[in-house]
Amino acid sequence: MRSCAESFQGYILRALGRDYGERLLPRGLDITLCDQIFLIASGLIWNIYFAALAIAIGFGLAVGVAVAKFSENRLFSKPAGAFIFVFRGSPLFIQFFFFYSAFVLLPRSGVDIPLGFVTLTVDTSALTTAQVGGLIVLVLNTTAYSAELFHGALRSIPKGDLEAADAYGLSGFTKFRRVVFPSMLRLAWPSYTNEAIFLTHSTTLVFLSAFPARQQSGEAFYYARYFVDQTFNPFLAYPLVAGYFVCLTLAIIGMFGLMNIRLNRHLPSERRRRFRFRPQYIR
Amino acid sequence: MFSFCTDPSILPNWQWFACYLTNATHLQFYRAFGVVLVLLAITAPVALGVGLMGALALRSQIWPINWLGKGYVNIVRGVPDIVFFLFVPIALGQGIEWVMHQINCPDWDQPIRQGNDFIVCREAKVPGANAPAWVRDIYAFAMAVVAFALVFGAFAANTLHGAMQAVPKAQIETAEAYGMTRRQAFRRVVLPQMWVFALPGLSNIWQILIKATPLLFLLGIQDIVYWARELGGQKTSLFAYPHPDWRMWYFLALLVFYLFLTWASERAFGALNTRLSRGQATAAGERMRKAAA
Repeated sequence: MRSCAESFQGYILRALGRDYGERLLPRGLDITLCDQIFLIASGLIWNIYFAALAIAIGFGLAVGVAVAKFSENRLFSKPAGAFIFVFRGSPLFIQFFFFYSAFVLLPRSGVDIPLGFVTLTVDTSALTTAQVGGLIVLVLNTTAYSAELFHGALRSIPKGDLEAADAYGLSGFTKFRRVVFPSMLRLAWPSYTNEAIFLTHSTTLVFLSAFPARQQSGEAFYYARYFVDQTFNPFLAYPLVAGYFVCLTLAIIGMFGLMNIRLNRHLPSERRRRFRFRPQYIR
Repeated sequence: MFSFCTDPSILPNWQWFACYLTNATHLQFYRAFGVVLVLLAITAPVALGVGLMGALALRSQIWPINWLGKGYVNIVRGVPDIVFFLFVPIALGQGIEWVMHQINCPDWDQPIRQGNDFIVCREAKVPGANAPAWVRDIYAFAMAVVAFALVFGAFAANTLHGAMQAVPKAQIETAEAYGMTRRQAFRRVVLPQMWVFALPGLSNIWQILIKATPLLFLLGIQDIVYWARELGGQKTSLFAYPHPDWRMWYFLALLVFYLFLTWASERAFGALNTRLSRGQATAAGERMRKAAA
């Protein structure tokens, strides 16, 4: 039997690969409580990696897609609407399967894109890993969900704000940067906080479906499932992983709450829109 | 299926596909789409029932019931859904076997959890040790329904509770002024009127339920995801219909299926919303009244 300190040393970074701790995961009767606590905690590295990168990249893309959908030019609004419809109307679980099986079909040696004067070779082998391919699917998914939120916020920007901007002689990108974008963000922020939480929760789906966990390095829920398969006892690993996710959720609420205060710093405190946790669950 | 299907290797293209898409395993694949629809058809009313009970518990003035309702709704909402979907079937299965074990084998002297095994006596096995395969399938499916109903019942409870609160207070006061009891007022005034307030939330939950159905695959049920993986995988010339890796196309078909499902239900809920708004004391109802007059 390992002591708790040994489990900590062996497994706290195990999710990064077999070079960062014990080569093999604990098996069968050898599993201790501390193994479960630390190995599942080490899986959180990947949950945070997927969630943080997907939110950061998806945010920028979502603003673009939302503006495109709001555009009066059908050349922009139609494709943006279609993109949102496809990714919000189908399950993330199926999206993972679809993109994985599509990425597998790409040639391993890379794809050549002739640009006339020079040929660009795009390395495609990374796409079949969860760390790149899975992240791309998550980014596309959260872009669609957030774009819909931002689009709703764009629609409900007070008319007076826009008229005031016109009166000040603002137009084009200046008007967007100084009036439209801050108003949109302020209106969408409470629901965007929810979106960030559910994106974090849905990082548990990455290794459940198609993307392989190389060297058994997976995220927290992957390890929880592993332990339940090994010990046939769901009453320990699942509540543990649930507890970790409650902590992650609280951390997100805290960080986004600070941002919310900053976005509304010009308003008297009682007029600030409060965040309400309204779970939307499965994507 | 067709008379020309006896030797697929010599067929021209369209006939090859006609035979391929109607062979025995594909028929099972198509049946799996039915399984998804059956799951939706069973789970939705069950979850709505659970949700209604949850909402009543949230409204209850008896504090143990009220606390029970609050606890249930908040625990399910706070924990990632997927954990619940995998936890409930296995925990419930073990719970049922444990109860059966206590009833059937009172003089069993060994512990039930031995190391990593969960051991109950032969009579306590559910489904029985020599149950036919279809009983096992039904049992697994029922477990999935319970897990879905528990999770979505909590979501529905929250929505329905909000909808009950949204029925104008004056209506209830009027009912009471007519001498109705609290219970009568609830049944005759609140219950019929709350649906229009609940509809946007319920439609949202329904869309989420649709998108949760592929998780059946994780519960070991042979659903559309299972068959898409089986059928799409590369088939060598040992098979009657050899083909390269076609999983992408199978999953594309699933994507289209789900898109159609969510699109159609959005339309259906839109129509239902119009129907329920008729004669209601809401802006939409008022607009319809004016248009008719």
